[in-house]
Amino acid sequence: MPEQSDNQKGMIARFMALPTDSVPKTVFVAVVLCLVASMVVSAAAVSLRPTQQANAVKDKQVNILQVAGRYEPGMDVTEAFADFEPKVLELATGEFTDAFDPATFDDRAAADDPELSIALTEDPASIGRQSRFMTVYLLRDENGDIDRVILPIHGYGLWSTLYGFIALEEDGNDIYGLQFYSHGETPGLGAEVDNPRWKSQWNGKKVGNEDGVQITVARAVPPAGPEYHVDGLSGATLTTRGVDNLVKFWLDDTGYGPFLDNLKAGEI
Amino acid sequence: MAQTRREMLVDPLVDNNPITLQVLGICSALAVTSSMQVSFVMALAVTFVTAFSSMFISMLRNHIPGSIRIIVQMVIIASLVIVVDQILKAYAYQISKTLSVFVGLIITNCIVMGRAEAFAMKNPPIPSFIDGIGNGLGYGLILMLVGFVRELFGAGSLFGITILETTNNGGWYVPNGMLLLPPSAFFIIGLIIWAFRSWKPAQVEEREYKIQTVEAH
Repeated sequence: MPEQSDNQKGMIARFMALPTDSVPKTVFVAVVLCLVASMVVSAAAVSLRPTQQANAVKDKQVNILQVAGRYEPGMDVTEAFADFEPKVLELATGEFTDAFDPATFDDRAAADDPELSIALTEDPASIGRQSRFMTVYLLRDENGDIDRVILPIHGYGLWSTLYGFIALEEDGNDIYGLQFYSHGETPGLGAEVDNPRWKSQWNGKKVGNEDGVQITVARAVPPAGPEYHVDGLSGATLTTRGVDNLVKFWLDDTGYGPFLDNLKAGEI
Repeated sequence: MAQTRREMLVDPLVDNNPITLQVLGICSALAVTSSMQVSFVMALAVTFVTAFSSMFISMLRNHIPGSIRIIVQMVIIASLVIVVDQILKAYAYQISKTLSVFVGLIITNCIVMGRAEAFAMKNPPIPSFIDGIGNGLGYGLILMLVGFVRELFGAGSLFGITILETTNNGGWYVPNGMLLLPPSAFFIIGLIIWAFRSWKPAQVEEREYKIQTVEAH
């Protein structure tokens, strides 16, 4: 409709010709600017969202591969990740549930959902609410037997909640590795949880013995013995304490304890 | 124009540096300079935002009503910052994780608004664009200098590549942990300002007060 567009053009030109500081011009500039700016911002957000989501998924997969010792720089992450089987685990029973699709289940969102989570009264990891269901990853060998299990863990350090994974061998007691993928600890001190030398200490440690969970992150060797000891981070006492608390919390009956019992009994 | 384009681009590097002379944009200079790589990306992001926001504001300068001037500038700057943040999340995910909130905080970076208000509102688009690039680079230069000192002596590396093997990794160098904390950037920026003003005494500000001497009777 050419008439109408001519008419509109006339209107815009009329507005542009108004004195800059007049009220109609001010309103006009504000409205047009907001419209244009919101269009630009939403266009950028919508068009880049698929790439961003793919990045977030890939980042998580890389972390799972790293903690399980399967990562090499430059590898095809998606292909390597196909060896891992995600499963939604009910913490209280230690059994897998089919009620949720592991591909879409979101542990963090579930922790905020009153239906799916519990408010903690004893809360050494300082996480407030704990999801009753967690997504765990099973790495199987050629025969289809479980080789390693990768369990998500999180808890509060000094400044931030640390999110990470712990990888256990198929016996449910030998630790293969631990890695945090998201935290805001002090660079050079608490952030040394990312230091490869520190992380390598976890390899070969044991979760616990018949008296319960013994793994300890501290400066001193715990009474249970050196195979349960990971050295603390120097200069980062509070981050160390946070990691100690959260690892104990998640590996004990408050976390994956029932699942690890089932794993040891060979029922998974 | 009193300034040539070349001067516009080069002046903010040393002679009229936004951090050392105008003392703007200090906040983010403290926060993001613990490693060279992050400083570099931050410098690029600020340069991009300053250049384009100055250009757009300059294009609109004859139509921006005085009463909503600052709001108009903020809307343009904020939109550009969100676009930069989205692009980083899509194409430089690891770096955007490290920069986290600081990309969003470019909105409040005094340099961006300072150039919009002081230069772009009174000058045509192309000089404003060049002025934005110049000031972004001046900011970036200081960021890289501070990042260089902090990363080298705080973590023993540059751009993540180990230069001084730290004791944590079995080497000999005991890193200065304080350099990795934001306050250390205060000292380094202070020292840089001192060095710049010793080199170019014209940058030394006149005192706002004079110590009175009382004559003895």
